[in-house]
Amino acid sequence: MKDLAVLYVQQFKTTFASMLQYRASLFIWMIGSVLEPLVYLVVWSTVTISHGGSVGDYTAAQFAAYFIVLMLVNQVTYTWIMYEYEYRIREGLLSPALLRPVHPIHADISDNISSKLVSMPVMLVIAAGLAVLFKPTATFLPWTILAFIPALFLAFLVRFLIEWTLAQSAFWTTRVGAINQVYFVLVLFLSGQIAPLSLFPMPIQILANILPFRWMIGFPVELILGRLSPTQALTGLGAQLIWLVISLGLVRIVWRAGIRIYSAVGA
Amino acid sequence: MNSFAIHVHDLHKTYVVSKRESGVLAALQSLVVRHTEEIPAVDGISFDLAPGEVVGFLGPNGAGKTTTLKMLSGLLHPTAGEVTVLGYIPSKRDKAFLRQITLVMGQRNELVWDIPALDSFELNRAIYRVPPADYRSILDELTELLDLGPLLHKPVRNLSLGERMKCEIAAALLHRPQVVFLDEPTIGLDVTMQRRIRKFIAEYNHRFGATVLLTSHYMADVEALCRRVIVIHNGKLLFDGELSSLVQKFTAHKTIVVQLDDIYADLHSYGEVISRDEGHITLRVPKAETARVTERLLANLPVIDLLVEDPPIEEVIERVFAQGAS
Repeated sequence: MKDLAVLYVQQFKTTFASMLQYRASLFIWMIGSVLEPLVYLVVWSTVTISHGGSVGDYTAAQFAAYFIVLMLVNQVTYTWIMYEYEYRIREGLLSPALLRPVHPIHADISDNISSKLVSMPVMLVIAAGLAVLFKPTATFLPWTILAFIPALFLAFLVRFLIEWTLAQSAFWTTRVGAINQVYFVLVLFLSGQIAPLSLFPMPIQILANILPFRWMIGFPVELILGRLSPTQALTGLGAQLIWLVISLGLVRIVWRAGIRIYSAVGA
Repeated sequence: MNSFAIHVHDLHKTYVVSKRESGVLAALQSLVVRHTEEIPAVDGISFDLAPGEVVGFLGPNGAGKTTTLKMLSGLLHPTAGEVTVLGYIPSKRDKAFLRQITLVMGQRNELVWDIPALDSFELNRAIYRVPPADYRSILDELTELLDLGPLLHKPVRNLSLGERMKCEIAAALLHRPQVVFLDEPTIGLDVTMQRRIRKFIAEYNHRFGATVLLTSHYMADVEALCRRVIVIHNGKLLFDGELSSLVQKFTAHKTIVVQLDDIYADLHSYGEVISRDEGHITLRVPKAETARVTERLLANLPVIDLLVEDPPIEEVIERVFAQGAS
């Protein structure tokens, strides 16, 4: 455990150092992650106003709060591993990683966290700017803030592990792009990204509760905005834990199978 | 298990590749029936390396050298046969095993491109759990042996190919591996840098008693470093033994270089004239006749100087491959 901590610290330093060499591309990435929620925010505000002030249980100001927090949660939990993995396998970059006495997922996790640490301050400033512009309303309760911390952490882990597992599809197919596309559509609709899940018909909501996507993005947002009862919050944390266990299992199984293929056909 | 650092017995690696004729019809056909073809890349080779040995691993492109090195380092699973390295089965990729080996490939990028090599070294220190005190001493040692001092603080992308290769090699050896696999470590480097790296490999082997298995296209690497060579061709073992006996076994000729005043002298009757260069005439004669031809040359001609040599090792190796192919 201590050795792993040393490794993470060292990986942070490395990622920091090399990321700061690419400030421009970092900035462009961030523009992308701001624009998407901003578009939904503008659309839903317009719809709300034309509906006489509210849609479902959301007012325009509550939509603003939802999408600004969603932007931040998404920033914390998103990964780019699926693009990266395909490139890695195609270019044979996986072989050096396989020669190291450490599971390659550790390098990816710490790489992800450290790049988030670099971009987070900027995102917070942007969020503050959007708040001034769209005047969101939300009430933060002490218990929701407290419960938000593990919820956000679990959301990050589940999303990371699931997308890391999915990235392994590059071992089997060269058409990773198609798989990613299907995945992104599912995430868009079933995680609460395009609209709060409470606005969807009941069957969709039930589906979203069963699948992992809500627990990766929407759940922490609803939680901190005070839209969940303590029971719903606890159930949600339970669902996140179950998905954590499942995704850990998936990572192990798929990684082993992938490596078997990789080392059969030639690294 | 056994006293060998590396033990390979009847090792096979067969790649299965899908095969398709060109053309639209064949493309459609391949949707239904997939034709696959088995390509044996390594076809039943066996050898053992004692701890501390430096062995040259030779063969033409596609002979199976890299495939074998990858099986030895755990990147590839053998199709059949037995491999142990330091008593471990490489394909299990045991952490204790990985901490004791290294594989350096000429085109491998271990270092992070945008940051100084020293930062990448620090990362490797954490990955391989090298204790700080050991790290300092090995880093000092590598810095001295490879003359890395001025390179360590520059971003890797600003280094020349040779400089980068030196840093790559240092990064690969920071954890002081007991077994070192080198795949074309000097490829693309100029002669001075090649010599430097060669000297370093010899020194590393000497200081740490590491076992080294090395492939190279440059015979000078092999001649300088390896007493023993293993030659493979088409996945099969052609020769395993001392470099000098390889020469003995595969060449039936010697070359005699004669220096004469008369640069136009006709030496056809003594042997095959290979080259003529400012009074130096090079003859090729059957090995068994060497003594007799030399005697005749000295007796019959005003010889200034005379030198009997084995043919260059490149020529020998070429001959080995040619025989293996036929």
